[in-house]
Amino acid sequence: MPQRTGHTLMLPSKPSVTGYAAVVGKKEGEGPLAQWFDKINEDTTVGESSWEKAESALVRDALALALDKSNNPPSAIDYLFAGDLLNQCTGTAFGLRDYNIPYVGMYGACSTMALTLAQAAIYVDSGAAQKCAAATSSHFCSAERQFRQPLEYGGQRPPTSQWTVTGAGAAIVENAGPGPYISAVTLGKMVDYGIKDANNMGAAMAPAAADTIKTYFEDTNTSPNDYDLILTGDLARIGSDLLYELLGRENINIRDKHNDCGLMIFDLKKQKVNAGASGCGCAATVLCSYVFEQLRQRSLRNILFCATGALMSTTTSQQGESIPSVAHLLNITI
Amino acid sequence: MQMTKQEYSKLVDKKSPPSKKLKNCIFAFLIGGAICTLGQLLMLLYEKAGLSETQVKMAVPVTLIFLACVATGFKVFDSIALIAGAGTLVPITGFANAVLSPAIEFKSEGHVMGIGAKMFSIAGPVLVFGLTAGVVYGLVLSIFRLF
Repeated sequence: MPQRTGHTLMLPSKPSVTGYAAVVGKKEGEGPLAQWFDKINEDTTVGESSWEKAESALVRDALALALDKSNNPPSAIDYLFAGDLLNQCTGTAFGLRDYNIPYVGMYGACSTMALTLAQAAIYVDSGAAQKCAAATSSHFCSAERQFRQPLEYGGQRPPTSQWTVTGAGAAIVENAGPGPYISAVTLGKMVDYGIKDANNMGAAMAPAAADTIKTYFEDTNTSPNDYDLILTGDLARIGSDLLYELLGRENINIRDKHNDCGLMIFDLKKQKVNAGASGCGCAATVLCSYVFEQLRQRSLRNILFCATGALMSTTTSQQGESIPSVAHLLNITI
Repeated sequence: MQMTKQEYSKLVDKKSPPSKKLKNCIFAFLIGGAICTLGQLLMLLYEKAGLSETQVKMAVPVTLIFLACVATGFKVFDSIALIAGAGTLVPITGFANAVLSPAIEFKSEGHVMGIGAKMFSIAGPVLVFGLTAGVVYGLVLSIFRLF
């Protein structure tokens, strides 16, 4: 049963991630983490007739691969927690509708991988389920047309902007297995520090990450030195810098331990992604490939994974609202 | 947390790099200038071909719009615009791209509600305020002409 200390849930049974997979697009396959991905699609449309269908295909493939790697048929999974960036989470629903797994749709913007994986782990630890799946996706082209401009529109991106990852990640969580294990979960509060610029999402989300990380350290009485890696989702360059400053004020220094999925998946300069990467698929594909693999190989043993999400829509941005953000944290060990 | 919203806002401004204005201006000047030079060349060409002044004034923008649409369709316009910025946006090429790019993008939603409804989603405001400005200018001009 989960035990609550402050806002953090300790999971004494340590649910195990038994299978994980990351499926990505062409640009991600040209980045520094290419060798770790399960499948790289050379065609951005993934052979589908629309970008939305392409995104659904990514998450469908990711879940199929994760199930395979955990040696489970879909029927063995008790609950599926998943979501994405598209309106009404259609990327997920249309991609996973044929799996016949009881489905809990979730929206956490780019924090979705942490949110769904946390739910899966809590369900398993509480005994409500034995096997759960967590999945999420994003697609550069479907996100662009929903949140920004048509692809062929000739415009310039500000240096603070981030590039939405085309990719999906999925993980299977079970009550026993070879690890990595999910030892603790901190579900974050919504934090709004008044940032209105939807082209500077790292800045909007950094306070949420700082709040959740600080809460976790206080609840567990630990410090950055106790961990091998503190991995944020998609704060990218500016957001990461701001996170150091915010936590610095709280006398927490994570600089030496920190990395950000948004800085890892692309070569920022060569691949022209300005401040870095973003999207649900950013944290999901980095976690469900490189990071879990490092844990399995014991080159990482105790990490914090904290994915952040900016909870705005195009409507709220046009109405001049500031951006509320959220960050969820998992302590993953081996 | 210790940091106030005001402090954070100042910190964000400090940490967020501004656009490279000088570089953008130079490229906008060069590429925008090149497009205008091309327009001028087309004008001379059409005049030489024997078109009347009215016909030339029609043929030059039609050619530029055509070229911008071809470039948009072949997915090169956005790559040029990434460097050119206002250089491709301000001449008539920018307007052509702004109409065609949503038409291509929303083709998947059908000919009526996709292409038809979304075609002017970017250029629409330009038309609305362009026409409004034209009306205001016309009114001012006709009032002044009364005296």
